[in-house]
Amino acid sequence: MSTGAVHSWDIATAVDGPGTRFVVFTAGCPLRCQYCQNPETWHERDGQRVSVDELMAEVVKYRRFIEVAGGGVTVSGGEPLLQHTFVGQLLHRCKELGLHTALDTSGFLGHQATAELLADTDLVLLDVKSWDPATYRRVTGEEVAPTLAFARRLSDMRKPMWIRFVLVPGLTDDRDNVEGIAEFVASLNAVERVDVLPFHKLGAPKYAALGIPFPLAGTPTPDEELVERVRGQFLRLGLRA
Amino acid sequence: MITTEKTLDAWRGFRGTGWQDDIDVRGFIQDNYKPYQGDADFLSGATERTTGLWQGLMDLFAKERELGVLDIDTHTPSSITAHRPGYLHQNTEIIVGLQTDAPLKRAIMPNGGLRMVQASLDAYGYEMDPFVRKVFTKYRKTHNDGVFDAYTEEILRARRAGIITGLPDAYGRGRIIGDYRRVALYGVDRLVEAKKAERALLDVVPSTEAVIRDREELAEQVRALDELRTMAASYGDDISGPATTAREAVQWLYYAYLAAVKEQNGAAMSLGRTSTFLDVYLQRDLDAGRLTEERAQELVDDLVIKLRIVRFLRTPAYDELFSGDPTWVTESIGGMGEDGRPLVTRTSFRFLQTLYNLGPAPEPNLTVLWSPRLPEGFKRFCAGVSVDTSSIQYESDELIRPRFSDDTAIACCVSAMKVGEQMQLFGARVNLAKALLYAINGGRDEISGDQVAPPSPAITNEYLDYDEVRVALDRTTDWLAKTYVDALNIIHFMHDKYSYERIEMALHDHPVQRLLGCGIAGLSVVADSLSAIKHARVRVVRDESGLAVDYVVEGGFPRYGNNDDRADDIAVGLVEDFMAKVRRYPAYRDAVHTQSVLTITSNVVYGKHTGNTPDGRRAGEPFAPGANPMNGRDQHGMVAAALSVAKLPYDQARDGISLTASVTPSGLGRTREERVTNLVGVLDAYVDAGGFHLNANVLNRETLLDAMAHPENHPQLTIRVSGYAVNFVRLTPEQQRDVISRTFHGSL
Repeated sequence: MSTGAVHSWDIATAVDGPGTRFVVFTAGCPLRCQYCQNPETWHERDGQRVSVDELMAEVVKYRRFIEVAGGGVTVSGGEPLLQHTFVGQLLHRCKELGLHTALDTSGFLGHQATAELLADTDLVLLDVKSWDPATYRRVTGEEVAPTLAFARRLSDMRKPMWIRFVLVPGLTDDRDNVEGIAEFVASLNAVERVDVLPFHKLGAPKYAALGIPFPLAGTPTPDEELVERVRGQFLRLGLRA
Repeated sequence: MITTEKTLDAWRGFRGTGWQDDIDVRGFIQDNYKPYQGDADFLSGATERTTGLWQGLMDLFAKERELGVLDIDTHTPSSITAHRPGYLHQNTEIIVGLQTDAPLKRAIMPNGGLRMVQASLDAYGYEMDPFVRKVFTKYRKTHNDGVFDAYTEEILRARRAGIITGLPDAYGRGRIIGDYRRVALYGVDRLVEAKKAERALLDVVPSTEAVIRDREELAEQVRALDELRTMAASYGDDISGPATTAREAVQWLYYAYLAAVKEQNGAAMSLGRTSTFLDVYLQRDLDAGRLTEERAQELVDDLVIKLRIVRFLRTPAYDELFSGDPTWVTESIGGMGEDGRPLVTRTSFRFLQTLYNLGPAPEPNLTVLWSPRLPEGFKRFCAGVSVDTSSIQYESDELIRPRFSDDTAIACCVSAMKVGEQMQLFGARVNLAKALLYAINGGRDEISGDQVAPPSPAITNEYLDYDEVRVALDRTTDWLAKTYVDALNIIHFMHDKYSYERIEMALHDHPVQRLLGCGIAGLSVVADSLSAIKHARVRVVRDESGLAVDYVVEGGFPRYGNNDDRADDIAVGLVEDFMAKVRRYPAYRDAVHTQSVLTITSNVVYGKHTGNTPDGRRAGEPFAPGANPMNGRDQHGMVAAALSVAKLPYDQARDGISLTASVTPSGLGRTREERVTNLVGVLDAYVDAGGFHLNANVLNRETLLDAMAHPENHPQLTIRVSGYAVNFVRLTPEQQRDVISRTFHGSL
């Protein structure tokens, strides 16, 4: 039985997949998104070593509640696929209990997701971040191609997806960038909805506490008009946004 | 029992006979109500008439807010018949009756205590009528005077130190629900007849002290019923017989309630469980074509308007304890019947609809008795009302029904009682956190240094030892429970003697079953303190007199509110222990001992008067409300906290266990539809897990704006953003604005 580096877990409604969910935040992420609100989850070494059994002992405490309320288990991060063996076992155990499972990922490490892992995943929350490769590089420090390839793979499997896109004024809001994502997403199968997440700065104090400069300290949050424009770009292509 | 032709005419179309032979409102409801399984589409909005009436009041409310009280009748000690009829707008009101001769004009009720009247008048700049003062000092003793004649030195010390607190020893005790429905169903004459029959049974037994008291009380009850008839007549209604129409049913019921709030300044003056009863009348008139839906809603709206303007004269100190001028006109709605049919009717919906027709309001305190088995349409409507107004609370019908009955109502916030069969002797609460500090300090108060509890060896170790603290706490709570029950027995003896609730008790069966409503505050503080002592190291800081005044916690420890048995079991044990201790001491009039884990808003004041505690809480810092975990210590979200609270055993706290939870709309879902679905799910699962009560706040934009302007009123406002929780008032103004704009963004 493997262990994983876990930052924390909590029970949340409506924010990390449908219904009320047990959400595991794994530690460690290969990306350094400028708008990241959870810099304390960047490094695996900062997480607590937890075995699948230990985590399942917590999940079981909420099984009945989740079943009655409607919901499931979400593995989020960090980047869960950085610890794909541990996460795969965790998802498998949840499926064995009959719980709905979701994987919240950037898709950057999509190639690490085995067929078995995806078979144990009912829903993928895929954060696409950007379309334009240069923008993606600027936002995350990495390449967009793996994410797009992963999305295509999920689409071919007809794996249900919720697409997420963080809207940052002056960074990701370019009309063509959004249009690129929208057109790509519209070409995918099984996309159930698109969440346009307005950039926020609630993580700023965490940066201060860690002594790391927050790159977007001076960036404004998007106004309603901008959010509506971007949502509109998805809606126009028949997506649920 | 002879049933007149007039009565038979009033009951035309009603089924069943059992309730015709005996006073049995539940039987009438069961024989006649029609469960409603549908959704809210049938409901009517506010008519122009209703809106006009309400708008007129809004102006008075503004003036009242500015002045504190709009007006006081300082000359007329209130009684059922003391005031001439009063109206809001005589020609447009459908349901009439005010506590005094003008809206929002407050009455004085000196029977509970002249001191409270005097202090209130002083606070608002009014003079007491010298004649009133003379009567109530020279000729007539009050409840308050009686209590202080009988209090012991020990009780006085405990009361002064604030370890026993909020006692109803200066005004009305409340938490008694008359079965106001009886007046509509039977008319006053029949109720008088039934009371006389109960009295006749007492005339054949020896005149012991208890029997003499019962006889006198029954005589008073009959007198009050006569006064009720007279009061109604002054408004032009003859309520000697049963109501014949829906309007009369609502009006007769309201007269009965009005009589109660004219006579008693009770801490909580709850209405009961009236909506499904009234539905039988509304449905009969609707079926006969005598009523339209619009008019049916108007009747309910008008009743609710009246319930929203119930006022009592109280002091600013009382407000500090229970802010917002509360009256707890609690109406219990929904629930399941013992036969498996839901007790939901169209009028259950109509009551909740008033929150749209008249806008959100804290009163009447609309309380939904929740069961996962309730009809889906009703569940979704309730959740939608919560999402839109945050104005309703939920209690577990699955816990209440099997232990009480399916005709049980909530008094105040969480106190269940069978309507017309049970009453409560309200007992406020003890400060359990202070008790822990007394245990450590050998019975001395941690702030004043005074010896309040009997002297016992103080703990002198540098580090607290769990077993030693438990032994000392055990000793302290033994004393506390004894002193507490002593105080309550005195209070209720004197209340019965000097301020007996004549009309409310006239609307109960005789003999009534009494419940002694004890309570504890500071549960989470004590649970976390003991957990710290057990699982971490707690060093004591003492002043020069040896008094422990502060604690330094070294190391981590499990905290109550994280669904972690290591801490939650301590909380469970505290509830069980104190209940067991309270039960050891005989209660006045053989009342059944109960307790609540409830503070309402008094957690702030209790905290203010309590020193540093071993859990790391600083002196003066508020306690968590009710059974809530301490703010910020629940690290795994609201559901984990709720499951900790759900572990507290209802059978050891039958007077209720309160949980308050606030969520932002986005914390419930992206669309209204999704929010409703998710809230229904959470309520189902919480009740399924054995949770008793949930104050569900779905915070709206206005609340957050208010929190920005008045952070002191919103210390526990927590917002969640995808896997992240934050205390709203600790954010910078810029961040707060950000949250507001994001949380409430259009349709996202």
